[in-house]
Amino acid sequence: MAWTRKILRVDLTNGTCKVEPLNMAWAQQYLGQRGLATKYFVSEVDPKVDPLSPANKMIMTTGPLTGTPASTGGRYSVVTKGALTGAIACSNSGGYFGAELKFAGWDMIIFEGRSPKPVYLWLENDKAELRDAGHLWGKTVWQTEEIIKKTHQDPQIRISSIGRAGENGVLYACIVNDLHRAAGRSGVGTVMGSKNLKAVAVRGTLGNAGIKDPKAFMAAAAAGKKVLADNAVTGQGLPTYGTQVLMNVINEMGALPTRNHRDVQFEEARKISAEAMHEKRPTDGKSQLVTNAACFGCTIACGRISKIDETHFSVVNKPEYWGASGGLEYEAAWALGAANGVGDLEALQFANMICNEDGMDPISFGATVGAAMELYELGIIKKEAIGMDAPFGSAKALCDLAMMTAKGEGFGKELGLGSARMCAKYGKPELSMSVKKQEFPAYDARGIQGMGLTYATSNRGACHLRSYTVASEVFGIPVKTDPLVTDGKADLVKAFQDATAVFDSAGICVFTSFAWTLADVQPQIAAACEGDWTLEKLNEVGERIWNMERQFNLAAGFTAKDDDLPPRLKMEPAKVGPAKGLVNGIDKMRPEYYKTRGWDEQGVPTGDTLSRLGL
Amino acid sequence: MQKSLHINAAKCTGCLQCEMACSYENHGLFNPAKSRIKVFDFEHEGRKVPYTCTQCAEAWCLNACPVDAIRVDAVTGAKVVNVATCVGCKVCTIACPFGTINYVADLGKVQKCDLCGGDPACAAACPTGAITYVDADWTGLDKMRAWAGKTDTATRASA
Repeated sequence: MAWTRKILRVDLTNGTCKVEPLNMAWAQQYLGQRGLATKYFVSEVDPKVDPLSPANKMIMTTGPLTGTPASTGGRYSVVTKGALTGAIACSNSGGYFGAELKFAGWDMIIFEGRSPKPVYLWLENDKAELRDAGHLWGKTVWQTEEIIKKTHQDPQIRISSIGRAGENGVLYACIVNDLHRAAGRSGVGTVMGSKNLKAVAVRGTLGNAGIKDPKAFMAAAAAGKKVLADNAVTGQGLPTYGTQVLMNVINEMGALPTRNHRDVQFEEARKISAEAMHEKRPTDGKSQLVTNAACFGCTIACGRISKIDETHFSVVNKPEYWGASGGLEYEAAWALGAANGVGDLEALQFANMICNEDGMDPISFGATVGAAMELYELGIIKKEAIGMDAPFGSAKALCDLAMMTAKGEGFGKELGLGSARMCAKYGKPELSMSVKKQEFPAYDARGIQGMGLTYATSNRGACHLRSYTVASEVFGIPVKTDPLVTDGKADLVKAFQDATAVFDSAGICVFTSFAWTLADVQPQIAAACEGDWTLEKLNEVGERIWNMERQFNLAAGFTAKDDDLPPRLKMEPAKVGPAKGLVNGIDKMRPEYYKTRGWDEQGVPTGDTLSRLGL
Repeated sequence: MQKSLHINAAKCTGCLQCEMACSYENHGLFNPAKSRIKVFDFEHEGRKVPYTCTQCAEAWCLNACPVDAIRVDAVTGAKVVNVATCVGCKVCTIACPFGTINYVADLGKVQKCDLCGGDPACAAACPTGAITYVDADWTGLDKMRAWAGKTDTATRASA
């Protein structure tokens, strides 16, 4: 029993905390974390619920391998109905919070209702208590962590909290833990803010004693670590360069979405790449990158810790930003940089720090700025409305807009709506580069065809972490496929989606899948968890989770029409690079995918499919 | 040959595999709160530093213990707490200049690193070589070698 078998149910409306046993029958069908929490969620919440109403619930959840020496075994997820998307949301984070929650004895926390006033949840092992957070409301994530640790006189407390973005209703607010790790996408932080829940603070000293076969588990975990260490991506590329190793690679492929997807290559990509983060700055002779860093249990250590150039315009006379801080990952560097044509690495680091400090998803924020810049250049949004010049490439606009959005000031209010609502408001809905109202991540679907199908069919809106076919189409993991063709992508996407659902439900990081397949994960789960966890069973669990999420979205009102890409990706061919002349072939891939999934032509799972999966 | 733990903080990523290995070795569960080695996060400097007992030759804890519960392991040289003898008075925690012997409230005893009898679990678990178990006479050998590599007598000779 890698599960603690204990759930905490927090009724925020009435201010009560109640302990419940974990449904072990469901654990056998859904494993943990993403799968198991989603099962709880769909069983308890009306799919039509307004995400920001008290009737929506929010679940913080660990997996069976969270808080174990399995490499990357420190993940936790937040499951809810997304504020940005209105679809099922599951946002995953590393850092140390997840393991601490496990060590305090909890598999998950279910939050219900809405507190009449700001509160935070204080968990000291099995002791759970809602405390007044009036003094924390209006504070940043960084301030909140500091104050809570001081209040409880314990620097070892781990905290997940929202910043001002989550309080101010920014629709892509995230929940940040350990200063700069985040359950980032779909507006899970907005839901938390709507519940008047500022933070969850945990100190867990009970530890994790529930491994089924410790000896077999230690051997399986060690074997897994060796695979990661011996792999070129997880053993060398990611620790040295982080995910930012992708910037130049994806740019050369002509798949780096630039200036709101007008272009597929960014002429200044080199200046915002991993290599640039390693270079010494002319101003102070130091590199932006200070060191790499790991999340709990992680033997890859792709995290970036950076220091901004103290002379950069964004931080002049602001020493609070001069210390080491979470640095640029590829997605943030792309969204804050290439997506709006900004090639100033220090400006990106500043905007990224604002996103961490006040809890905003840098992908959706950056991409929304990109859409606003296009509207500005088209003359649809005037300088007076924004309060500044905001052409593509303006580092000053990027930095100012980040602060304004986090604080809910001026035009920041409009940016806080996300690109889909903002573009619709200005009569140009087609300029939002999103699916299900969630902005694309950093791969242009014209140059990497499988990612078009990935985005269109992702259950949480456009996302790279639901089926990272880049692994196959670019890096040949586990097999090389041609990024420029649609053939075979339906099968590829389904396989990645199902496998990823298992990684996300186990308590480990999906980045392990650069080196691990489910066959590497299976021995670790089998040794840790009660039950008979074969590879076949895990594959089925993944497919079951995917279909469960799909059913929730269908019941919420989504249809096949929502499994589509913006016209730009279907009608405006890539202008340069290997994909020159190509659009994304989503209309060809979608029906193939539905068929592969065992869904009808409207994208609805057939009775046979549902009964085969026990749904 | 006597060996000792050697810590190179520059290599530490903060994964806490050492803390899990230590708690598993000594308490039979994964629980960083019970680990005898601790990784400290100096987040504003971007530094993570593992720290534990260095096994002093003249051990303050050993000398301070009123019931002789701390003895020297003849093989490893580790200063080892005899749990059966320890009365939990905590005098050793006051005596230790480095804070690396600690009281465990739910056991009513102190604990400290005992080098796992000569095969430290933390060193085995460390994925980056930040914690190694090396010849005690040569704990600085890596640094020495690195500096030796920078010594360039040829340049000076030609100057």
